[in-house]
Amino acid sequence: MSPPLVRTLATARRVLAQLRHDPRTVALMLLVPCVLETLLRLIYAHRRAAFDQAGAPLLAIFPLMTVFLVTSIALLRERVSGTLERLLTTPLARLELLGGYALAFGLLATAQAAIVSALTLGPLGLHVRGSSALVVVLAVCVALLGMGLGLLASAFARSEFQVVQFLPATILPQLLLCGLLVARQRMPAALHALSDALPMSYAVDGMHHLTLQSAAGGALWGDIAIVLAFAAGALVLGAATLRRRTE
Amino acid sequence: MEDREAEGGARDAAVRARDLRVRRGRIDALDGISFAIDAGVITGLLGPSGSGKSTLIRAIAGVQAGVAGRLEVLGRPAGVASLRHELGYMTQAPCVYEDLTVAENLRYFAALRGAPSAGVLERVGLEGQAHQLVRNLSGGQRARASLAAALVGAPRLLLLDEPTVGLDPLLRRDLWRLFRELTGAGATMLISSHVLDEASHCDDLLLLRDGSLIGQLTPAALVASTGTQDMDEAFVRLIERR
Repeated sequence: MSPPLVRTLATARRVLAQLRHDPRTVALMLLVPCVLETLLRLIYAHRRAAFDQAGAPLLAIFPLMTVFLVTSIALLRERVSGTLERLLTTPLARLELLGGYALAFGLLATAQAAIVSALTLGPLGLHVRGSSALVVVLAVCVALLGMGLGLLASAFARSEFQVVQFLPATILPQLLLCGLLVARQRMPAALHALSDALPMSYAVDGMHHLTLQSAAGGALWGDIAIVLAFAAGALVLGAATLRRRTE
Repeated sequence: MEDREAEGGARDAAVRARDLRVRRGRIDALDGISFAIDAGVITGLLGPSGSGKSTLIRAIAGVQAGVAGRLEVLGRPAGVASLRHELGYMTQAPCVYEDLTVAENLRYFAALRGAPSAGVLERVGLEGQAHQLVRNLSGGQRARASLAAALVGAPRLLLLDEPTVGLDPLLRRDLWRLFRELTGAGATMLISSHVLDEASHCDDLLLLRDGSLIGQLTPAALVASTGTQDMDEAFVRLIERR
């Protein structure tokens, strides 16, 4: 194996080992989405169509929130504790560091999406015409977006108190505007335009396409491409905040 | 001091600084210092807290912003990528992953350097704690875990920021023996301390105060020129003489 690959995999393994020593966090990440989908199913006990409409977008929103939170706190800790400074004096390149995190959190998002979609599409009976494998693929792309946004948030926070406040500040507005509550086309023009500029809209659009179409069409791949482009943009901006030289 | 600076041209210097200045905010953390650190020896970086020791170590490690002047490390400008394969850096606050075991930390840092981690824990006397989470270690054990992470891969230049602070005397003695062994194997060490008594373990001393270099000399020369064995007193006399 080439040294960059070794360092990337070693970083992924290190991040996974940190998660393994924190089983409570992992359990919460995997179980909370299941509990919420079950709750939604119970709320809409007699309105199956409403459950389909709200339950599907949530499958794309969970990985965004989960990975945003773990990334922002993990990177904040690296910055504050000094481990980041130490890593930057070793041969580890910044892209290798981020690649390692992406692998580890991508794996976590895959597990989360597999479990929650197995429950939601199975016993809870959510109707999705597209394949459940594509639900997981979309979730992993959204997780990368969550990682990019979390990385950026960690650069603008000095403490864990501050960094968790970026969740309501950056994710909740997207939740309101993504089409979950009101279809984007029916929003006032200005808000519709704003929602066009926000990545979560495309994640939720992608889930809508999966709900309505049995074959993966161009619209779904377009949404996935846009989510990945936002993720790449956030990761590149975030990588620029991992400065080697600091005050 | 003068003849020392002339020696700055010596061929086997591991670190060479010429008019090195570091600005942090509005103040000069280092105010234009010049020195050369010989390869293969232990250089002690001594001075009170806030004198610029960590800033100097960070500048040599290539992670300090606001550096001006010339700073060459192993013959290359400080901070170039190739140096990261040859540098071991231990920060002042123990900095290893608290939520990993000591062995997991070492395995990670070893993988980053493409080197084996075997034997390093024994060197710092932590083999009994290999499978404990760093979070559960005592302060001194954490410091040694952090030191171990700097030692993996046998770097040519070791920059250790206060590695012996807060350790019990027996452990301190063992660590200084270890540092001596490492230089015997060819490593160059720059070790900072605010405990001036540690000077006697070093081959050469850089004495810092308020961002200025107040002297570079051997421990024997310090004693001879100030006429006292007491390192605190020697430091005071050196400052008063300036």
